[in-house]
Amino acid sequence: MEKELRLMKGNEAVAEAAIRAGVDGYFGYPITPQTEIIEYLMEANPAETTGMVVLQAESEVAAINMVYGGAACGKKVMTTSSSPGISLKQEGISYIAGAELPCLIVNVVRGGPGLGTIQPAQSDYFQSTKGGGHGDYHLIVLAPASVQEMADFVDLSFELAFKYRNPVLMLSDGAIGQMMEKVYLSPFKERSKTVPEWATSGKPSTRERNIITSLDLDPNRQEVFNRKLLAKYDEIRKKEVRYEEFLCEDAEYLLVAYGTSARVCQKSVQLAREQGIKAGLLRPITLFPFPTKRINELAGKVKGMLSVEMSAGQMVEDVLLSVNGKVPVYHFGRMGGIVTTPEEVVENLKSKFIGG
Amino acid sequence: MTQYTGIKEIIKPENLVYKKTDIMTENTLSYCPGCGHGTAHRLIAEVISEEGLQSEAIGVSPVGCSVFMYNYLNIDWQEAAHGRAPAVATAIKRLLPEKFVFTYQGDGDLAAIGTAETIHACNRGENIMIIFINNGIYGMTGGQMAPTTLPGMKSSTSPYGRDVKTMGNPLKMADLVATLQGSYYVTRQSVHTAANVKKTKKAIRKAVLYQKLNKGTCMVEIVSNCPSGWKMTPVQSNKWMEENMFPYYPLGDLKTPKE
Repeated sequence: MEKELRLMKGNEAVAEAAIRAGVDGYFGYPITPQTEIIEYLMEANPAETTGMVVLQAESEVAAINMVYGGAACGKKVMTTSSSPGISLKQEGISYIAGAELPCLIVNVVRGGPGLGTIQPAQSDYFQSTKGGGHGDYHLIVLAPASVQEMADFVDLSFELAFKYRNPVLMLSDGAIGQMMEKVYLSPFKERSKTVPEWATSGKPSTRERNIITSLDLDPNRQEVFNRKLLAKYDEIRKKEVRYEEFLCEDAEYLLVAYGTSARVCQKSVQLAREQGIKAGLLRPITLFPFPTKRINELAGKVKGMLSVEMSAGQMVEDVLLSVNGKVPVYHFGRMGGIVTTPEEVVENLKSKFIGG
Repeated sequence: MTQYTGIKEIIKPENLVYKKTDIMTENTLSYCPGCGHGTAHRLIAEVISEEGLQSEAIGVSPVGCSVFMYNYLNIDWQEAAHGRAPAVATAIKRLLPEKFVFTYQGDGDLAAIGTAETIHACNRGENIMIIFINNGIYGMTGGQMAPTTLPGMKSSTSPYGRDVKTMGNPLKMADLVATLQGSYYVTRQSVHTAANVKKTKKAIRKAVLYQKLNKGTCMVEIVSNCPSGWKMTPVQSNKWMEENMFPYYPLGDLKTPKE
């Protein structure tokens, strides 16, 4: 079937893609800069078409626990929020990871800490990729860099979430959420009628009861479970790394950037090359799993790397671990909701590596 | 001399007058001797069994003494975070509207950390049943003050008795819920005497059957004892409950459906 072309905000694209992906339930709470998602869904009223449940919860805390309840029924459920709201959801996210439930969480990041600003930032990288809540766990983290990817990653997120029984986080930011671009929308998918064998859907006489919990007071059994999670994360690291390279073949200096920063850096690479500096860009699409292996390979070919992030320097730690001392690695970033300019990045690259 | 009849000779189907309901599992209950939780569990299990709802029922219990409730009832179950069971149950019921969905929550869970989730689920009129065990104390963590702890009542975090000037007043959650448009049936019962057990079972059955009408939230509060938390024998605790808890939390219906 042919894809439909529309001009949309990133937030609207997520909402429309969710309806088209056959999502069963959306549970949200308004917060800038992502409120268009729930507004779009309420107006679209998919309950009348696909049967998708859309509910405005009393808080982010309630919303993520609704996601827990829906996911435990084997349904495709999601929530969206922005940084302060995602902090509130962390307890629930930890429980979801601990109960091995599939779901999608979208974070349209704004600057922090605290109430911070409503402008775009990438300062939730640590929270997203290192766990975020309590306990040893990881989310699968996808970082869209366009409105098109915000739409496409909805379906991909659910595919990965159900494949690994693991929550997936789409780490966007206020710029991609708010900006309008053309987007090709996938055709409508039927909502799934399949009930996963582990789901709580009412116990028929043909199977044992299903219990969804993250509790085990026995330290030995809990450790066995922790090891099971680690094995799952290792498999994800092996199979699900996604990244994009831009002019890396002959690059002497590598920019590493995701999301909005990656778009800026694409221009920076061009500007640098106009000045005779052979720059390239590696854009991680999955932040967990991180493209560690590829960055390590490239470290053998370039003179240095610059991690460009709209933060005080968070992903740079993963770049450093990946490079493992082979070449110098620096960070450059703006904070407080300011988007880096391509020229600033080039100037920074020059001052750090070339001098002057 | 009468001939002694061995117990094995009496165990025959025709002599069976009472048995463990099939919805209860063989697992040993983790509750303290004399605690009301076991009876409350059994009543829910009996009603689910008698109404033929095993394949329809999905239970949710959060943190508290009943955190292991999934070990005791042979139905599908979700363990929720502390206070969040009504939000969890909301999504289950919305996504599986034909199923029978209920929560089982203590007073610390429902009336303190989960106040917002409780009020809003009831206010939206979610078609779920909430079983609310009110024993005026945090049992699982060892007897701390709950929102329902009575004025002057001693607990490990109110060792000189609850001083309402600094610690606030006991919260009457069922009364509060009864005022909400979304609640359909709200009642307060107990399980400390045979007569009360019968009344409570009747109330649970009503709440279960009302869910099929899709008219709103049903809450059955069970005022219960906590012998360990109250530092009393089971018999003393039941007497203390009658003399102190019931005057503050009177038994009876708080909201009944309008015919």
